[in-house]
Amino acid sequence: MKQLIAFIRKELLHIIRDWRTLIVIFAIPAIQLIVFGYAMSNDLKYIAIGVLDKSNDGISRKIVSNIAFSNFFKIRYVLKSETEIEHLFQSNKVKEVLIIQPDFSKKIYKEGSVPIQIIVDASEPNTSNLAVNYTSALISSFFLKFSKNPANHQPYSIEVKMLYNPSLKSSWMFIPGIIALILTLISVMLTSVSIVKEKEYGSMELLLVTPLNSSIIIIGKVVPYFILSIINISFIFLLGHILFDLPVEGSLLTLYVLSILYIMLALSIGILISVIVANQQVAMLISLVALMLPTILLSGFIFPIENMPKWLQFFSYIMPPRYFIEGLRGIMLKGNGYKELSINYIIISCMIIFFISLSIKKYKSRLE
Amino acid sequence: MDITKLKQDQFAIYARNLVKKFGHFIADDNLNFEVHQGEIFGLLGANGAGKTTAIKMMTGLLKPTSGILKVNGYDIYSESEKIRKSIGYMSQKFSLYEELTIYENIRFFGGIYGMSLKNIKARAEWAENNFALYGFMDKRVSDIPLGWKQKVAFVVASIHSPTIIFLDEPTGGVDPNVRRNFWDYIYKSSINGTTIIVTTHYMDEAEYCQRICIMDQGKIKTIGKPSELKNDFNVNTINELFLKIVRN
Repeated sequence: MKQLIAFIRKELLHIIRDWRTLIVIFAIPAIQLIVFGYAMSNDLKYIAIGVLDKSNDGISRKIVSNIAFSNFFKIRYVLKSETEIEHLFQSNKVKEVLIIQPDFSKKIYKEGSVPIQIIVDASEPNTSNLAVNYTSALISSFFLKFSKNPANHQPYSIEVKMLYNPSLKSSWMFIPGIIALILTLISVMLTSVSIVKEKEYGSMELLLVTPLNSSIIIIGKVVPYFILSIINISFIFLLGHILFDLPVEGSLLTLYVLSILYIMLALSIGILISVIVANQQVAMLISLVALMLPTILLSGFIFPIENMPKWLQFFSYIMPPRYFIEGLRGIMLKGNGYKELSINYIIISCMIIFFISLSIKKYKSRLE
Repeated sequence: MDITKLKQDQFAIYARNLVKKFGHFIADDNLNFEVHQGEIFGLLGANGAGKTTAIKMMTGLLKPTSGILKVNGYDIYSESEKIRKSIGYMSQKFSLYEELTIYENIRFFGGIYGMSLKNIKARAEWAENNFALYGFMDKRVSDIPLGWKQKVAFVVASIHSPTIIFLDEPTGGVDPNVRRNFWDYIYKSSINGTTIIVTTHYMDEAEYCQRICIMDQGKIKTIGKPSELKNDFNVNTINELFLKIVRN
């Protein structure tokens, strides 16, 4: 018994004196609970929508305000004509547009049933399905209150138009995220581990004594991963197309320019990690914890960003895969071009410059 | 003409008041020494004496805290790129690429030094004949014993015919017979005038050096030819010499 107590005491001292173990025991579960708890939500919260109320009469206004005062939607745009709709969806400004026909109230009394049109961005099938269901439920609840005889038939019909992914294939939503995940894995993790391996094995010391300058060492290290990543995404695009009918509505050139930019960004993050850390395990851990998990949880890959609390949305803004996944979906499903994705291109480019500059600043051509 | 400057530039290594500090710890304290062109110069000392730090400053891997250091006449602070072209380095820890063959390692490092494929092949052939590597060039480095690895590391350090080769504990962990053979290779390489600077804590190896510098706790205790030092300190072996100096 004394032996066991001595052993347990020694082990506890190890744990208490090693801050890394304490982080693993206490901080990681807390962070995971918070992030998973808030991010893993399929509920609708303040989804941006547009409304085209061609009638603008008493009933139509009440329907719109019923939707506006719910916690599920936020009316971002009040449209004047149908021509504005395409642009709003293309630029990702709304997830849904509600169209109410002219003379809505009159037609209810005259014709008994009037169509209400819901156009929804189905590039995220779950969100789009929920949005349609919630909108229908809100309209229905309004008419139940409005109707003198609730048992009567509903004086409207819902016409739904699913844009970009009419058959609601979830694979079309996930594949862009999987591409981001694979590129993060190859470009960030393998690059950082490969450079750190040189440091750990001592071969970096040999290289630093040669006339090679640091930029050639880094470029020489990342070019093979850059080529591998391009081959890899081409393979995934092809496989996605053959197996899941994944379309590319936009141009292939736009798709490759975005992918190449993201590969460069991922490589620059990999380089930064390798410059900062000293061993492969830490490089692997940082790549996993700081990039893989956020790619899955906070980039909109699986869980809609709009549904997350504001503070978590802020974190998603600084997550590089967010802009890539959004861009991929835009190009592949919506046919977006440079114009619609200019912000994504600019942010990714700025991030590349930031990470490369930081790597150069942190890089030590001597051993100190 | 500045005669002092001319003298400094004529040495393979010229160090004056050389200091290296890591925080408050002084690894090398006020080192003053020169190494002549074509000389085999040994830095001797126990672990932690400051030999590796000194060699890392000479190769440009560590920046001195203060003092003058010239390698092949080039200033370590401002001309490290020129220095790197003219030196070869074999580190204390074996660090060639294990998953590459001996020839692939030679080719990689030859390429880094800008050698043509023809030259690399010629040097590989030279290495094959002079270092008894015949028939082993296509073997993966991971598959050869430590003694061979050290030999390959030395070949790689000298592949581009540098004027100075730095060897940091090149015989660490290998048996006396392999150590003896290794020194034969060092002699062969120095025949054409290459300067060899070697650190070791094996006192018997000091006998192979033309001059030695004994270091202790970051300081140079003495410099000279092994035979002269033994006479001066009235001892029979370098081991006795070392103990006498360090204990004093």
